[in-house]
Amino acid sequence: MARRLAAPLRRLGGVVFSVILTFLGLTAVTFVIGRFMPIDPVISIVGDKASTEVYDRVYKELGLDQPVVVQYATYLSKVVRGEFGNSVMTARPVLEDVWRVFPATMELASLALIIGVLVGVPMGVIAATNRGRVVDQIVRFMSLLGYSMPVFWLGLVGLLLFYAKLGWVEGPGRLDVAFDDMVPTITGLITIDAILAGEDEVFFNALGHLILPASILGYLSLAYIARMTRSFMLAQLEQEYILAALAKGLSPWRVVWVHALGNVWVQLITVVALTFGSLLEGAVLTETVFAWPGLGLYMKNSLFAADLNAVLGATLLIGTIYIFLNMLSDIVYTLVDPRAREPS
Amino acid sequence: MMDAPLLRVRNLSVTYPSDDGDFKAVRNVSFTLGRERLGIVGESGSGKSTTGRAIMGLARPPARVAADELVLGDIDLRTQSERQLRRLRGKRMAMVLQDPKYSLDPVMSVGQQIAETHRTHLNSSKAEAKAASLEMLNAVHIRDPERVYAMYPHQVSGGMGQRIMIAMMLIAGPELLIADEPTSALDVTVQSQVLSIMDELVRERGMGLILISHNLHLVSSFCDRVLVMYAGQIVEICDAGRLADAQHPYTRGLLAALPELGRRRHELPQLQRDPAWMDDIVTPLETTSVKGGA
Repeated sequence: MARRLAAPLRRLGGVVFSVILTFLGLTAVTFVIGRFMPIDPVISIVGDKASTEVYDRVYKELGLDQPVVVQYATYLSKVVRGEFGNSVMTARPVLEDVWRVFPATMELASLALIIGVLVGVPMGVIAATNRGRVVDQIVRFMSLLGYSMPVFWLGLVGLLLFYAKLGWVEGPGRLDVAFDDMVPTITGLITIDAILAGEDEVFFNALGHLILPASILGYLSLAYIARMTRSFMLAQLEQEYILAALAKGLSPWRVVWVHALGNVWVQLITVVALTFGSLLEGAVLTETVFAWPGLGLYMKNSLFAADLNAVLGATLLIGTIYIFLNMLSDIVYTLVDPRAREPS
Repeated sequence: MMDAPLLRVRNLSVTYPSDDGDFKAVRNVSFTLGRERLGIVGESGSGKSTTGRAIMGLARPPARVAADELVLGDIDLRTQSERQLRRLRGKRMAMVLQDPKYSLDPVMSVGQQIAETHRTHLNSSKAEAKAASLEMLNAVHIRDPERVYAMYPHQVSGGMGQRIMIAMMLIAGPELLIADEPTSALDVTVQSQVLSIMDELVRERGMGLILISHNLHLVSSFCDRVLVMYAGQIVEICDAGRLADAQHPYTRGLLAALPELGRRRHELPQLQRDPAWMDDIVTPLETTSVKGGA
């Protein structure tokens, strides 16, 4: 019994160790960025008209006279306790701000990822199984388009067409003003909260706001996921087990969608996890175009206001999410690939 | 009672179109197979594997397969639709591939892969398929079928993997088995074990077996008849026991290249190839010469 538990425990220990190490590296990076930013943290507090004595006092209070190592240790101990300082812009603790805006980004990125996977994976499979034919060309062209199209331009054109001209979707923002604060915040995802509260009208309004930016982000991730799926699938279709599966009389459909795709997933998990990470972080432009009150917009505003605490706090959060996603993909990996279930 | 032959092949050709003209991988191959063990030998690229795949209807695209006759039992394989062929594969004819490390799906348990053949052809329930699979694992001499059923391909050894492969291919009761280099990826110690299990099953079920191999020794000791291929065509067919009397210079050359125990030899004799063996040559192997124009 003890031996059976030893392997998973060692594995878990390894994961925890690597997470801690990555986190230390991440805080070091944000700390260094904080040092090298051409923003004087003292001046952003006292203002540029303060006297030298006041400046010096605050300088000491911030611990800037200490050796860098001590400063980093102080920073680290604060970060661990969740103290990122106050945001200059909102005058609230950064952590509180970030928690408030994060669900909006989460909602957007999740729907985008769902679109990206549900459409991108089948597209990649169909392209691979019809290699060189018209369907393949169409998929590859669409991928290329999604790859090379700037997201803010797509967003603007999308708004112009589907909101201003056709009126199929709602405009910028997460909700019409009339619906603001109509449902209690439980998960922070308005669509889910609306369902929980039983308010269909709020739900459909929120969905109307969500669908266009989510589709655009979904299209971008779809482009990447479809391309990767296609190339993974092409590699799998060359394998001997595909011939064996055909030789035992399975339908091409089953060979492709069960056997080959089962193996494609093993490789695809990392791609999907990283796509989700970049969706969470890379929504800055989309959120700006759609006035989406999420993490991206918060970061952009903080950056423009030289609000260092907020920027670093948000950066750290995104980094932590990346670490978490990697950990998650490691776990999902063992579910999909029996070879990963054993200690190496 | 005289048995009708299991498989009749007449003038089977497999052609790969390419920019430099067509490449004929298999040229006018004809033979019949009863409920016997037929060996196909030849060097790499002689077309022996392609012949096997063409019979299964699984020649690697974009191959063009043509034959005057390609009949399995009473079924003309040439006129079968893809869907009809699919019903024959696994059910009437099956194929064992070289290396179980690559020919089993790595993310599906071996039991499920065996059961899958059963369910596909016999329309069985999950429980029936599992019971039949366990029985089949037993038939290929796997000691603890329940445990092995749940294992994944990476957890089994090469010899066990190949026995699982055989189980997967024979569970729906085909009458023809094509084994393409079934032991060349295995350790020498388990080769004969796998062969004898295959032999046992083929005999018990009265099946026909085509054993494709480059190993002359193995084929001559295991099979009833041997068919020697060179450059896509059959150069000799003879009884396995009388291989020593083979006439064709290529076969003789192959035999001469076999090392023998108790005889010192420092150098392998060079196999002298005669272009005349390829009589009607259409293979443009030497088209790399510089062409004028363009």
